[in-house]
Amino acid sequence: MTALLEVDAVDTFYGPIHILQGLTLRIEPGELVCLLGGNASGKSTTLKTVLGLVSPRNGSVSFAGEDVTRRPTSYRIRKGMAIVPENRRLFAPMTVLENLQMGAYLHGGGTKEDFDRVYDLFPLLHERRAQLAGTLSGGEQQMVAMGRALMSKPKLLLMDEPSMGLAPILVERSFEIIKQVHESGVAMLVVEQNANVSLSIADRGYVLSTGRLVLEGPAESLRENEDLRKAYLGR
Amino acid sequence: MSTDPTDPANPESPRVGVDEWVASHEQRRTHRSGFAGVVERELARVPSPAFYLGFGVAAAILPAVTSNGYVINVGVNTLLYMLLALGLNITVGYAGLLDLGYVAFYGFAAYGYAMLASPQFGLHWDTLAVIPLVVVATAILGLLVALPSRRLVGDYLAIVTLFFGELFATVYQNGESMSLLGFTKPHNITGGPNGIVNIDQFHVFGARIGALNYTAYYYVALVFFMVLLFAAYLVDHSRTGRAWRSLREDPLAAELMGMPVNRLKLIAFACGAGIAGLAGTIFAAVNTAVFASEFDFTSGLLIIVYAMLILGGAGSLGGVIVGALVVNVSLEVLRDPGHATWVFYVLIAATLVAKLRPWRWLAVIAAGTVGFGFAVHAIVSAVWPRGVHGQAAVGGVLGSGLSHWVILPSNPVTIGNVAFISLVLAVLVLTLLKGWAQKLAMIPTLYLAAFVWENRLVVEPSITRLILVGVILIVLMNARPQGLLGTSRVEIV
Repeated sequence: MTALLEVDAVDTFYGPIHILQGLTLRIEPGELVCLLGGNASGKSTTLKTVLGLVSPRNGSVSFAGEDVTRRPTSYRIRKGMAIVPENRRLFAPMTVLENLQMGAYLHGGGTKEDFDRVYDLFPLLHERRAQLAGTLSGGEQQMVAMGRALMSKPKLLLMDEPSMGLAPILVERSFEIIKQVHESGVAMLVVEQNANVSLSIADRGYVLSTGRLVLEGPAESLRENEDLRKAYLGR
Repeated sequence: MSTDPTDPANPESPRVGVDEWVASHEQRRTHRSGFAGVVERELARVPSPAFYLGFGVAAAILPAVTSNGYVINVGVNTLLYMLLALGLNITVGYAGLLDLGYVAFYGFAAYGYAMLASPQFGLHWDTLAVIPLVVVATAILGLLVALPSRRLVGDYLAIVTLFFGELFATVYQNGESMSLLGFTKPHNITGGPNGIVNIDQFHVFGARIGALNYTAYYYVALVFFMVLLFAAYLVDHSRTGRAWRSLREDPLAAELMGMPVNRLKLIAFACGAGIAGLAGTIFAAVNTAVFASEFDFTSGLLIIVYAMLILGGAGSLGGVIVGALVVNVSLEVLRDPGHATWVFYVLIAATLVAKLRPWRWLAVIAAGTVGFGFAVHAIVSAVWPRGVHGQAAVGGVLGSGLSHWVILPSNPVTIGNVAFISLVLAVLVLTLLKGWAQKLAMIPTLYLAAFVWENRLVVEPSITRLILVGVILIVLMNARPQGLLGTSRVEIV
C-alpha cells in the first residue's frame, strides 16, 4: 500500500544553513503521526517543506502517490493537504464565516455539507459565525483555525503547535478534538513540543533533533523510551 | 450579602469555569440611548448600496439645482477624484498593496486618449473605441508593473512603484523627440513639456459633447462612477474580494489556504490601474490638454488621492465618496484666504477645546492669548507705528477684530519668515515642557501662530491649503485612526 505522504531523504537549506539533513518520514492514510522536537530542531521547516513553502535542495516529497516536490503550495492544498498554522493566523477583521469560506477557497468557498461538517464538530462556530475572528478567545480561535483547515475536506491535516498559547484545560480539549477529527478518517501530522499529550493520542511518532531524525516508532514505545523521557517529559 | 466574586452563593458574581460572559455577549452590547441611539440603529439596518444610491441621486440632481459653472466644474473634479480613489481602494484598500506609482496609470490613460483623439497624430477615433482600448491598455500596464513586483511587499513595493511613477513622468516630459533605441528617426510622441493640446471632446458616432460643457462630463463621470461603485461592492462581497482582504491581513495564511497569492495581487493591480485609466480618459477630454508635470510626484496628486482614501477609510466604498468630497471641497474652500482664515482659527479653537483639561486652563489660555495680543498690539503701535499698518486678509467682524489684535507690519515678508522659524522652535519647546509651564508657554505660541498665519501663510494660499488639509487629516486621524467610514482593525493577540 502506498503511503499518503512520503518525505524521502530531504535536505532543506535556509541560505547556507543546512536545516533538514536527510529527513525521511511517511504517513499512511488515516494515521495520526506526531513530530516531536525541541527548539530549532527543524519541526516547522519539515512542515514548510511538506507544504512547499520552502523547497528542498535534495530529496523528494510525494503526496498520494504523486511526486509534488516541484509543485507550489496551492497545488498541494488542492490535492488534499490543509494546515492549522502556528499561532493560528486567522484573518482577524473578517468574520468566522468568512474565515471558514477562505479555508475552502480552492473549492469555491465551501458547500453546505462542508459547513455542516465543521459546525457539527464545533457547534460554537455556528453560533459565532457573524463575529469577527479577532474578537474570539484563544481557544475559540483554535477552533476556527481547525474548522478553516477542515473546510477543504483534507486527506492530510498538518498542525503546527496546536497547544501553543492555550491554557492547560484548552490544550486537553484541543487534543480531544484532534482525536475526534482523526477518528473521522483524516490523516494528521501534529508538530508539538508537548510530547506527553501528543504521544497519548498519536499512532506513531518521530523525534527530531537539529534537523536529523533521532527516534521513530509507535507512540507507546516512544512513551516508554528512557532518552525521550529525559529530554522531553521531564521525568 | 457576600461580595466575594468567587462565592458560589452569590448569583450576581461570575463563577469560575463557567463561560457566561461569552454566552451572554449579545445582551452585553451597549446601545446609545435616546434619539441618537434610534437613528444609529435604524441607519445600521439600511444596506450600504442604499446609501450609494442616495449619493448617486443627490449627485444627479446637483446640476438641476445650480447652474453655477464653477460648482459643476468642481463636481467634475470631485468625481474624477472619486474614480481615482475607487481604483486605489482596490489596490491599497482591499489587497493592501502600497502602490505609489498609481498616478502614472492616470497619466498614461490621459495621454492615451490624447494621442488617439487629437491633432497630435491626426487621429480622431470614436470615443466608444478609445475608452475601452485605453482602459484595457492601462490595466495591462498595471499588470506589467505588478509582474516584477509581485514578490515585493510593503515599503519595497512602494519604492519600486514610486520609481515607475517617476519614470513615467520623466519619459513623457522628454518625449518630444523619441527614437526606438536610436535605430529610427526621432519622432515627437508626447509633445514633451508642451504636452498634447486641442484634444477632442468625447464624441460618439458623430455626436459630440460641446466644448466646456462641464455638465455633460459631470454626468459621464457620475454614471461611470456609480457603475464601478456597484461593481466594486459586488466584488468586495465575492470570493475574490474576501481573498484580497485575507491577503491584506495575512499573506502567509492566505497562501496556506491555497490562494493564488501572486495572481490575486496582479488582478488587484490591473483593476486599480484600469479604473485610473478610465478617469484619465475623462480628464484628458475635460481639460482638452495634458502635460506630464500634472502626473509627477511634485504635482501632489498622489498625496491627495491617498489623503482621500485614508480619510474616508481604506477598504470602505462609502469612505471613497466621503473622503474625496471632504478633501476636494476643503481644498476648494481653502483657495479663498477669508475662508482659510476661518478654518485656521476654528481648527485651533476646536483642538484646544478637545484636548485641554481641566476646563479652567482653557479659560486661562483663551483669556491669556486674547489679552497678550491686545497688550503686544498696544505696545507695538506706540513704539513702531508701521508695525500695525497692514490689513487682515479676512473681512467682517473677524477681520476688524484681528487688525486690533495681531501685529500686521506693512512689509511682513522678512519678519514673517523669522516668525515662522520661531514658531517651529516654539512648538518644539512646547513639547519639551510639562505641566503649568507648558500651558503658560502656549499663550505666546498661539499668538505667534496667529501672527505667522496673518502675515505669511494667508498670502500664499497654494501652499497653505495643502498644509491646512494636512492638519485636518492629522486631527481627524487622531480622533478616528481607521478613517471616517473605515472599520477599526482588530489585532489577534
